[in-house]
Amino acid sequence: MNDSIHHHPSEEILFAYSAGTLPEAFNLMIASHLSLCDHCRALVESFDAVGGAVIDAASTPTAALSDGALSSVLDRLDAPAPLAPPRRSAGVLPSPLQDYVGGDLEAVSWRPVGMGVRQALLPTSAAASARLLYIPAGAAMPDHGHHGMEMTMVLQGAFVDEDDYFARGDVEIADPSVEHTPIADVGADCICLAVTDARLRFKGLVPRLLQPFFRI
Amino acid sequence: MLTGTETITESEEAADRMGFARLKPRRKSFVPDQTWISHMELIRDHRDKEAFAAIFSHFAPRVKGFLMKSGAAADLAEECAQDVMVTLWNKAHLFDPSRASVATWIFTIARNRRIDILRKENRPEPEDLPWGPDAEPDQADVLALQQESSRLKAAIQALPDAQRDLIQKAYFGDLSHREIAVQTGLPLGTIKSRIRLALDRLRHVMK
Repeated sequence: MNDSIHHHPSEEILFAYSAGTLPEAFNLMIASHLSLCDHCRALVESFDAVGGAVIDAASTPTAALSDGALSSVLDRLDAPAPLAPPRRSAGVLPSPLQDYVGGDLEAVSWRPVGMGVRQALLPTSAAASARLLYIPAGAAMPDHGHHGMEMTMVLQGAFVDEDDYFARGDVEIADPSVEHTPIADVGADCICLAVTDARLRFKGLVPRLLQPFFRI
Repeated sequence: MLTGTETITESEEAADRMGFARLKPRRKSFVPDQTWISHMELIRDHRDKEAFAAIFSHFAPRVKGFLMKSGAAADLAEECAQDVMVTLWNKAHLFDPSRASVATWIFTIARNRRIDILRKENRPEPEDLPWGPDAEPDQADVLALQQESSRLKAAIQALPDAQRDLIQKAYFGDLSHREIAVQTGLPLGTIKSRIRLALDRLRHVMK
């Protein structure tokens, strides 16, 4: 078990990941975190189990399928899908991120944003944005996300703020109402995944994330 | 062997009406979860269409109902429920009964399909754990997981209607976890035991 992660996403966000109500960028954050954090993975699988129980409960609304649905499905049944090799990353980027980048760190298209910091936007739906950040050792994190909710997860190196130390797998949830200046640890250049939704205020995250506008 | 009926005795219904359901989850004679697992093994090992038809007749209307409650129009929900069942057939060899009940596995397939069709979005999934689906799962793990799943289902079934509706709505995308916790309380204890079980299993495998 990996017990080295000390800063986790909230239970509410993990629940929303299981229920399928988060925007894509936040799903990417959670999938990446779960790839590194067995504790949160177990929690999400437990929420999935509740979803299964809900689907299976006698009281759950059912909707009859059309006549002939079974036979039309039987006609579509085919050979089993080939067994894919395990999807597991040995690199810096967990597999869900590699799917968006097209490879590990060497495939990232960095763009300089000043002070030695680089970033790479990842292609997700517009409801929220996701990007990789590269912060030189000892440099300050770029001032970002102050209009909304932001989650930052360390992938390489570490950063420190006034109170805490964040290393690989740790997730910081930034509250824009609090002034703070995280700084990359001097030990190594720091690479992070940052997701943000400018329309979301931290305190209102959960109710608003669960609102129907994400279900277009 | 491949069919089952859901019946509730009159006395149990009476007990429900009198509010005893929370004290004693009602016992029902239904297809036990273990039977669905046997069906999945028949599909995986023998491409057994009779077993598939039994799973289809129980779960496809539930998946369609779930998709409609989540905002899909009837014809789209129908099409997607059929797709979910085809996926179940094609990926039967990936089902791991030591990690999920058949119902849970179907829920995750249906949820991902819902995101795909209603939002036109990919749903990022965590990377695979370091053991493969081809490793035969430990039977004790399978049994523990299925018993826990049955208890979870019984706990949800035993809730008063209003509270159970809240849980359902949360999975249809309408409510937060905190609202459920505040308003029901009961299933969260079961969720916590489920988490302990999942963690124990992870520790066991990753030693």
